[in-house]
Amino acid sequence: MKVNSGVAGGFFSRLWALVKKETRQLLRDQSNLMIGIGLPIALIFIFGYGVTLDVKDIKLAVVTTQPSEQTDDVVSAIRLSPYFKPTIMTSFQQAKKALRARDVEAIAVFDDTFAADLAAGHADVQLIVLGSDATRASSIRTYFSSLVGTWAQKRADRSNIASHSAGGVTVIPRIWFNDANTSTWFIVPGLIVLIMTLVGTFLTALVMAREWERGTLEALFVTPVRPTEIILAKIIPYFMVGIIGLVMCVLASTFLFHVPIHGSFFILVIGSVIYMLVALAIGLLISAKTRNQFLASQLAILVSFLPAMMLSGFVFDLGNLPTAVKLIGMLLPATYFIELLRTVFLAGDFWPIILKDLALLTLYAVVLLGLARMLTKKTLD
Amino acid sequence: MANIKQYFQFIFNLCQKEFLTVLKDPSSRIILILPIIMQSILFGYAATFDLKEVPYAVLDQSNSQASHDVLQKLKGAGLFNQVATLHGSDEVADVIGNQEALMVVYFPADFADKLGQGEASPLQLIVDGRNSATANAVVGSFSTITLAYNASTDISSQLPITVKSRAWFNPNMETRWIIMPGMIAALSMIQTMMLTALSVAREREQGTFDQLLVTPSLPSQILISKAVPSILIGLVQSTLVLLICRFWFDIPFQGSLLVLYLGLFLFTLASVGVGLSISAVSLNMQQAMLYTFVLLMPLMLLSGYATPLANMPDLMQDITYVNPLRFSISIVRRVYLEGATLADVYTEMLPLILIAAVTLPVASWLFRHRTS
Repeated sequence: MKVNSGVAGGFFSRLWALVKKETRQLLRDQSNLMIGIGLPIALIFIFGYGVTLDVKDIKLAVVTTQPSEQTDDVVSAIRLSPYFKPTIMTSFQQAKKALRARDVEAIAVFDDTFAADLAAGHADVQLIVLGSDATRASSIRTYFSSLVGTWAQKRADRSNIASHSAGGVTVIPRIWFNDANTSTWFIVPGLIVLIMTLVGTFLTALVMAREWERGTLEALFVTPVRPTEIILAKIIPYFMVGIIGLVMCVLASTFLFHVPIHGSFFILVIGSVIYMLVALAIGLLISAKTRNQFLASQLAILVSFLPAMMLSGFVFDLGNLPTAVKLIGMLLPATYFIELLRTVFLAGDFWPIILKDLALLTLYAVVLLGLARMLTKKTLD
Repeated sequence: MANIKQYFQFIFNLCQKEFLTVLKDPSSRIILILPIIMQSILFGYAATFDLKEVPYAVLDQSNSQASHDVLQKLKGAGLFNQVATLHGSDEVADVIGNQEALMVVYFPADFADKLGQGEASPLQLIVDGRNSATANAVVGSFSTITLAYNASTDISSQLPITVKSRAWFNPNMETRWIIMPGMIAALSMIQTMMLTALSVAREREQGTFDQLLVTPSLPSQILISKAVPSILIGLVQSTLVLLICRFWFDIPFQGSLLVLYLGLFLFTLASVGVGLSISAVSLNMQQAMLYTFVLLMPLMLLSGYATPLANMPDLMQDITYVNPLRFSISIVRRVYLEGATLADVYTEMLPLILIAAVTLPVASWLFRHRTS
């Protein structure tokens, strides 16, 4: 009996001692804190305020070769729009030059016959956008078309020829789960995934690989501590750093960006804890496999961080990808965590999705942690 | 003359040693080449905002000829794929919420009546907005279908004005065409900067940097020998991505290779300058890597690589002027897609020269003055 309790007590006291050591080691180097705390804060601000797909300040060259009452009217409509910053030009050559020099990013041409054509019933406007900035160009196209369309409609209404243009099918789009229709709402929940991947995989892989490389793990192996305890002691401090990152993100998304949490907060926490374990396990695996700082850091970026950014649905929707690439995306744990987070944040508790994602993430956590435990043996090479 | 020869001989020897450090390990060699190829192909396919398939559900309370016609048009478009037919508005929440359908087309009961009377007849389109970019694209594609339907039934419903738009330099506005050339600069930066940051930090950690400092080598020689291998590796990586853009994805190259490589060289020089400065302040390899990574993330995100710079708030846009990647991505895209000449892009090369001219001397000074 005494022996048994001694073993259990030994486990916790050894673990506690190791955790203390690891935490001290973590706190001693400010570069760790910078990546654990500083970078998440920077990312929150960059993503929240900087990176957006929502268009503003479109620099548009408006070419009116023959100004008329109609062109003046449409130009003032463009000027009133919050999205456009028009510059009036009188020749196409001038506009083309400005486009080349990037002084403007699109050209709208109202040609000589615009007023006459409009009076006759139908006029064309030419819009030239820069395909070399396709993301923005397609938004410019949409905004401009709807602006000119609205202008024409209003004009028709005013001159009482409304009756014939009002008919037909109209579409009332309802974009659910993103009332404000801003990309911030869909990017900020994804940010949690990036930050946890960063702390869990990149930082852990790097730190562990350093211990392997410098042989300090071997020094631990000669002590009575067991591999499980070594792994747990490594995991716990980084787990806490990851959780701090999560808390910062949730606070920022709620209070700075006013992203709602429609689902249950509990699911959010459970899912994040499981994903943190998955990320940590990948980090441990990489370090145990490479045992070299440079290789470990590169692998961590290559297999976890970049794919989490590009292939998980964080920015680019998985549904739009070719099947082969989509399959690779579906192998990533990050994909399911992002899906879970977006559902909990924006949509609410839709159990089929939540249960599927939680089950898959748990599976990943169990398998990967098991593998990491297997690879961390008390062997010397 | 002999001095000059000696100077360069020394640099040459040091460079040889640096190359050996980086390339002697087979797994390092692999990790510098293979991932670049895999990533550019994989991400080339991944980077798209263009819709591929839109699963949708229908809630048709009108059940009329008109609603069937609109649905027929929808089926004919090829992009949309019906997965469910709903019978009540209470089913909408589940089918969207559980991601079975991306959108629900809802015809109200009076849809056909209103249409018959020549009134505006609204149908509702409920879209899953969890990914707002996709949601907006779905609304856009659906609207073109109803426009086509209106045009086919009633000519007079056409607006008196049409916008005819053309996209220069990328006629089909493919996202891949802008993401891939951006990668020529962005992908190589990750490893170039890390390698450079490690170069001095590794020697500091192993204690060999002090030995190097007591040799008769000048700081400039150490600097150049540390910079050259990284620059070459960076340019090789860029070349690989360039080849994949041109020959795997068939994106037409419009500009001059000379201008492109001049831009890439200046960019790599600037990144190496940043990397060496990080290396000079770091005490060990771990710090060097963490600092580099902390820097890499904002550099990537604020470069205009994935999201347009012009969408950012003005203050953020001003911050991007110290980001070498911002200029290089712009240079590469403009030269590659638009065929921009040196006269077009030299204003974006000057900041790169400036960044290199500041960071390289700073790094060289730090070599001697940072004491551990």
